[in-house]
Amino acid sequence: MAEVLVYVDHVDGAVRKPTLELLTLARRIGEPVAVALGNGAADTAAALAEHGAVKVLTHDAAEYADYLVVPKVDALQAAVAAVSPAAVLVPSSAEGKEIAARLAVRIGSGIITDAIDLEAGDEGPVATQSVFAASFTTKSRVSKGTPVITVKPNSAAVEAAPAAGSVEALDVTFGALATGTKVTGRTARESTGRPELTEAAIVVSGGRGVNGTENFAIIEALADSLGAAVGASRAAVDAGWYPHTNQVGQTGKSVSPQLYIANGISGAIQHRAGMQTSKTIVAVNKDAEAPIFDLVDYGVVGDLFDVVPQLTEEINTRKG
Amino acid sequence: MSLRIVVTVKYVPDATGDRHFADDLTVDRDDVDGLLSELDEYAVEQALQIADEAEDAEISVLTVGPEDAKDALRKALSMGADKAIHVEDDDLHGTDAIGTSLVLAKAIEKAGYDLVISGMASTDGTGGIVPALVAERLGVPQVTLLSEVSVEDGVVKGRRDGDAASEQLEASLPAVVSVTDQSGEARYPSFKGIMAAKKKPVQSWDLSDLDIEAEDVGLEGAWTAVDSATERPTRTAGTIVKDEGEGGKQLAEYLAGQKFI
Repeated sequence: MAEVLVYVDHVDGAVRKPTLELLTLARRIGEPVAVALGNGAADTAAALAEHGAVKVLTHDAAEYADYLVVPKVDALQAAVAAVSPAAVLVPSSAEGKEIAARLAVRIGSGIITDAIDLEAGDEGPVATQSVFAASFTTKSRVSKGTPVITVKPNSAAVEAAPAAGSVEALDVTFGALATGTKVTGRTARESTGRPELTEAAIVVSGGRGVNGTENFAIIEALADSLGAAVGASRAAVDAGWYPHTNQVGQTGKSVSPQLYIANGISGAIQHRAGMQTSKTIVAVNKDAEAPIFDLVDYGVVGDLFDVVPQLTEEINTRKG
Repeated sequence: MSLRIVVTVKYVPDATGDRHFADDLTVDRDDVDGLLSELDEYAVEQALQIADEAEDAEISVLTVGPEDAKDALRKALSMGADKAIHVEDDDLHGTDAIGTSLVLAKAIEKAGYDLVISGMASTDGTGGIVPALVAERLGVPQVTLLSEVSVEDGVVKGRRDGDAASEQLEASLPAVVSVTDQSGEARYPSFKGIMAAKKKPVQSWDLSDLDIEAEDVGLEGAWTAVDSATERPTRTAGTIVKDEGEGGKQLAEYLAGQKFI
């Protein structure tokens, strides 16, 4: 069976959920061979084996942390040369897409980004994408070279599928470009304890109607009652009420959770672009004419300052 | 020493219009208005600010696209860019991201550059990979997704805000930069700027000017193939209730029914 390279997104050896989802998709088109780089790379092996990796190629060097993107491209290129895979799968993070892009040019391959599903086809893997603010679904293939495909979080269920997961050292030689962009400083983001926005099963968002930084506390309280991530519309971010890293929409993150709750968000096309593929959509808005209500499975026309705290209290009561 | 800045921009279908696909599964550009991708305005803005700080700088704005794409160039010129380059060729129809990066890289090399600045992504394709692709093809550092950028003494510095951390980056020129919508509000063209833009030079290049073979670009030469495009069914109308004091509880009841609680 053909081997499929899966690029591993991990933090000091802790594998992030989108990579485990990729292993599920990789098994549909071949045998997953994982590539883990940087600090803690070897520590990823157990989790990867449990989810179907037949082999884990690892390499650690200071370059991965000290320089941007290119050292990881060098390593992935070395893995492609070593394995001759049927496809290369990379999580659709900002960095993941850049790594995949540069790799594709180097190996003379086409690239598909932000796939939301993947299946085997007669002429190679077929990727589903959601385009034009999720108003269209396309199916595409890479027609030249080894398919390089980046896949969005929440595109597949994480499935346990124990495999050998034997660890092998990857031999990597860094090229001249690897040290081109130096990381001169790094400030870790303070953890909120909430799930990662793009990976969360439930997202609770606030928009213009939240009307102030301090009022986001009621959005956060609702999120915490549901174990959800907090999102914000561009209007709320531009007003300085919530960090840009939480922005949902065309210029922020696109999310595809099981449940999306939009509070005080009108639903401009730019926002819809980032959340329209959510499975269930709920909105609370004072304006009965807000376009968001065209998308919802359930909507409440009302003041979010009345509705949201009542909802939170009710959820907390029901949870007992 | 003069600083040569090339800003890559894209002419995109208006997101508020009814965007759809043509019969050949390329983007239909006839039935919806086009405009300069909003995210590229931030790139033009940062180029203007960097040029202001430089002793002597020249900003060229570059696009690959059909005849109408000149509108995107005019907008950038009216914001303050010095000159424009339009790569236009019938054989470019249907070119994918890899092909576009080939054309951009050849045009950037032909134009001459110290710094390339792009928006973080286009507002139509939203892939966000073209700056990395262009950097790879040019063989220069990429300093991408910056929310802050500055250039001094032949070095570009910037801040990249990622999910896990905020990174300070640094690279020697020549380099490819991309900027996010957090980099700073883009200026509106002034009346004077709009008038001045009409007199600024717009060069037109085709594939032969860039020594690119037609079979390496366009729909036929694309590295990817779209097999189908299906319009997403409109969502069935949901339940809408008016809050008369029990809206939160009603919503909780709905969420419980859907097994979210």
